[in-house]
Amino acid sequence: MNARHKQGRILPGFNITFGITVLYLSLMVILPLSMIVLHLASGDTQAALTSLISPRVLHALRLSFSLSLVAAFTNVIFGLLLAWILVRYRFPGRRLIDGVVDLPFALPTAVAGIALTTLYAPNGWLGSLLSLWGIKAAFTPLGIYVALIFVGLPFVVRSVQPVLEDFDSEVEEASLSLGAGRVRTFFAVILPVLWPSLLAGFSMAFARGLGEYGSVVFISGNMPMKTEIVPLLIMNRLEQFDYMGATSLGLLMLVVSFALMFVANVLQARLGERAAGVR
Amino acid sequence: MLARLSLNDGTWGERALRYGLLSAGACFAVLFLLLPLLVVFIEAFSQGLALYIVSISDEEALSAIRLTLVAAFFAVFFNLIFGVAAAWLIARFTFRGRKLLLTLIDTPLAVSPVIAGLIFVLLYGARGPLAPALDALGIKVIFTIGGIVVTTMFVTIPYIARELIPFMMEQGSVEEEAALTLGAKGHQVFRFVTLPNIKWALLYGVILCNSRAMGEFGAVSVVSGHIRGETNTVPLHIEILYNEYKFAAAFAVSSLLALLALGTLLLKAVLERGGHNGLK
Repeated sequence: MNARHKQGRILPGFNITFGITVLYLSLMVILPLSMIVLHLASGDTQAALTSLISPRVLHALRLSFSLSLVAAFTNVIFGLLLAWILVRYRFPGRRLIDGVVDLPFALPTAVAGIALTTLYAPNGWLGSLLSLWGIKAAFTPLGIYVALIFVGLPFVVRSVQPVLEDFDSEVEEASLSLGAGRVRTFFAVILPVLWPSLLAGFSMAFARGLGEYGSVVFISGNMPMKTEIVPLLIMNRLEQFDYMGATSLGLLMLVVSFALMFVANVLQARLGERAAGVR
Repeated sequence: MLARLSLNDGTWGERALRYGLLSAGACFAVLFLLLPLLVVFIEAFSQGLALYIVSISDEEALSAIRLTLVAAFFAVFFNLIFGVAAAWLIARFTFRGRKLLLTLIDTPLAVSPVIAGLIFVLLYGARGPLAPALDALGIKVIFTIGGIVVTTMFVTIPYIARELIPFMMEQGSVEEEAALTLGAKGHQVFRFVTLPNIKWALLYGVILCNSRAMGEFGAVSVVSGHIRGETNTVPLHIEILYNEYKFAAAFAVSSLLALLALGTLLLKAVLERGGHNGLK
């Protein structure tokens, strides 16, 4: 199969780079990941899979999915807002904000976790403000929600920002000059161009939220049936050496996150095609 | 392209809308991005400079720093070789299975850190398929430095390759082909043509890979066994301090990682601006 292309290859190094890449990926990615399936198959598969239908697991699944979903949705709105002001407006501090948007990517999750917990603890800067209204954030689902917003935000901003920068504003100006208001122009002209990038950012933020551990573990309090999300439950099972239980949950989460990654990739590919078609 | 509006252009309503959006966005950025960063440094020095220095220089902190440096070194070393090889392969050749390889390179980004740790426990652990062979050789991987290194390598696989691939594809291979027709050998082409062209992207990829390697928490937490002074990396050390209510010490150690993160962001900004000036 390689020979067919070979006559077209001028540059050297195909064989060696192909060898290194395939060997490394096989040993470091395919083999370790296949252990999930192999391990489940080696034991009592049925018992492991039925163990997923326990109240504690179902509660963790419901909490993980609902909080990640709501946090990703929040990030779509505020990520779009941030991308919008960064691209459209010139204001003092713009560079600073543009730079720190990537902070959640760069800051280790354990550091983010203890920082957010300290901020939102009842005696923290923000926690004490919230407690004036009787709202508790740390050690409640609200705290997990805050942490998931933090880790997911850059995905939306960074996928929308370049699309907004390339946006052909003549269409927008035409719409405005033809009498459509700003709001109508936004929903009828701008949003249709942005939505694939918004959806791609949404699914990446959602996937990240489902798997997030470090920034959630401190602020959640890890109370089973209350603030225990799936990654924390997997960790809990590993600590009790319940490898089958951990692996069956792991398989479920892997399938979901691969599906989400697939959606994000398809959307970004479509985005690329559209951009190529315009130019 | 629409000329970027100055904030004060337009009607009263347009100005109000602009300032409204701007302040909402700025508030959100301060609340969710700047405050978490600020609190790290303020808490780090909350008990004075003396405690800060003790916290980052006591024996456990130093051994955690050493272990983190070792893990990051191996992760960067192997992923650098892999990243350059994979980028050359994918950016310079078309072949069947290319898309699949790209997906595999991205895979660690889609895997939860906890699951990343889990798969290496299953592979190298006491009941894993490699256990008999490892036992015979007297090698322990899980709950040792080896496990931490391998897991860190896994989570940082994409970073260098993903920086290089789009960059090299955009550059194309005209210069390399020219060098070849002029009689350069393959390794000479790489050293004298490719490397000078990709050095900034490569550097940024290495910094990203290193920064992620030093900060990895969940995956390393699963395979480390948390043995103090032996298998504690910096993020795990932070967790222990925090759970022992030594908050100022936890934030003091955290401030080191936060500085690393800030350095990474700064370098990104510098390289991006350099890109506009024709550096890339």
